[in-house]
Amino acid sequence: MTASTYFMEATYLLASILFVFALKRMSHPDTARRGMFLAEGGMLAAIIGTLVGTHIVTWTWIIAGLSIGSIIGAWMAIWVPMTAMPQRTALSHAFGALAAALVGVGEFAVRSSEMHPITRGALGFEVMLGSLTTTGSLIAAGKLQGLIPGKPIQFKGQNIVNLLLFLSLATFFVIFLAHPEASEVFYTLLALAFIFGVMLVIPVGSADMPVVMSLLNSYAGLAAAATGFVLGNNVLIIAGTLDGFSGFILSVLMCKAMNRSITNVLFGGFGAVTAESTTSIGGVMREINLEDAAMQLAFASRVIFVPGYGLAIAQAQHAVRELAEMLEDRGVTVKYAIHPVAGRMPGHMNVLLAEADVPYSSLYEMEKINPEFPSTDVAVVIGANDVVNPDARDNPKSIIAGMPILEVDRAKSVIVLKRGQGRGFSGLDNPLFFKSCTAMLYGDAKSTLTHLAQAVQHV
Amino acid sequence: MMNPAVLIASIYVFALAAFLGYQVISRVPPLLHTPLMSATNAISGISLIGSLVLAGASHYPTSAHVLGFIAVTTATINVVGGFGITDRMLKMFGKRKTKPEQTEVAK
Repeated sequence: MTASTYFMEATYLLASILFVFALKRMSHPDTARRGMFLAEGGMLAAIIGTLVGTHIVTWTWIIAGLSIGSIIGAWMAIWVPMTAMPQRTALSHAFGALAAALVGVGEFAVRSSEMHPITRGALGFEVMLGSLTTTGSLIAAGKLQGLIPGKPIQFKGQNIVNLLLFLSLATFFVIFLAHPEASEVFYTLLALAFIFGVMLVIPVGSADMPVVMSLLNSYAGLAAAATGFVLGNNVLIIAGTLDGFSGFILSVLMCKAMNRSITNVLFGGFGAVTAESTTSIGGVMREINLEDAAMQLAFASRVIFVPGYGLAIAQAQHAVRELAEMLEDRGVTVKYAIHPVAGRMPGHMNVLLAEADVPYSSLYEMEKINPEFPSTDVAVVIGANDVVNPDARDNPKSIIAGMPILEVDRAKSVIVLKRGQGRGFSGLDNPLFFKSCTAMLYGDAKSTLTHLAQAVQHV
Repeated sequence: MMNPAVLIASIYVFALAAFLGYQVISRVPPLLHTPLMSATNAISGISLIGSLVLAGASHYPTSAHVLGFIAVTTATINVVGGFGITDRMLKMFGKRKTKPEQTEVAK
């Protein structure tokens, strides 16, 4: 080993340590930001180490790639609005996975036949995970951006097609292990994985996106880890594994928050909500006008806001904060209840409210806030539906039975902000809307909240 | 090319990293789950170093350099964009951690 190789290995070790420290500092919002500086330093060190320690013959492609990537990356970092965070993250998963897959293709072309069988297995995993995450994430991003319908896309025999795809993927993987030099086998494997990624995500409904996002996060990380095995590079293995496990842990948490099993999610069919017989609820929804709602809020002593994806679509995070401040000035205690799967990715609502300067000490997790609903005067549901559906708790026949919910229906009164009378994304009826303590306030969440704030001011 | 001893060491690294990842990441509060996802995503952009080698190292043909160029581009987007947006998010969380009347403001 030459001195420059030692230097490279040292930067890799440093990067690995800094990555772990950075993630450790993520355990608190006060330390998280400076922790990320460590990770950024580690990344820079590893890049410099690689350029110093590798015998580089052409700099053109490297400089071009780094420049173009930095410009696009910086543009994304600066200009993407917080409301578009889920699709940006999905796109990012696609980019990371594509890089891993391409490195795999390059390695195959150069030295597949001389690889140890286990390394070749890692190469197979790398290109499969990389490719299916690329297309899967692109579909997810398309759905989140509204380019592809958010409703589950399903057709007859979908499960059989997917099963056949999966089996042929496995078969070609085995053939590849036996015939490492057969490039047509390798490229068929690659193509099948691209198709499989599409098939995996198109049947998923928007409401299940948090689980899918976490899984794709995990796959992208594991693809990077597999790359590490192929290249015999420990920092790739460590960083990829950290990412893979982070995504896996998040998937498990999201599954728990929806009362779905991880196998149910892993082996397809997720979000494929079959229109089961929902108990059609009788009764009428009571409508309330702005002035009455404002009056109710102004004279309450405890108010809890329950945000959902509707808050993100309407970009109403600033409006809700203004209303909350108005109420706080009148001496009302205001809290926010955050369901783990509210929104389209883990922590989605927290980020939106943080953007609007809502102090994170006012944001409460489900377990903490649920006991407080009975003593709450008004719970304001903003564009949330399934996460406050009491059927999940009371009706064992419901599709979402057993899913933990925010027990909004136990509050003394409930105001539901909703765009219209339609059902939520899952297409379920929500008995909460028909309760006598519930009042509906229709309209765009942002303008409704702004008008509410004005009305509260004049009370 | 790679001998079995190195391979076994790699498996150790993988297993220990998995354990460490589990320990560290299960302590991250749900509040920070979105920044966590974008941060780990940026970190896994470390596949950039594999891409750099592919794009420029002596033992690869020109066709591999071109593949490497695409990989370097996408991985760099991931790293720069990922860290950038994570920082933007975490800055928001640091901003006003206390209620206005307790004027302590984090920078």
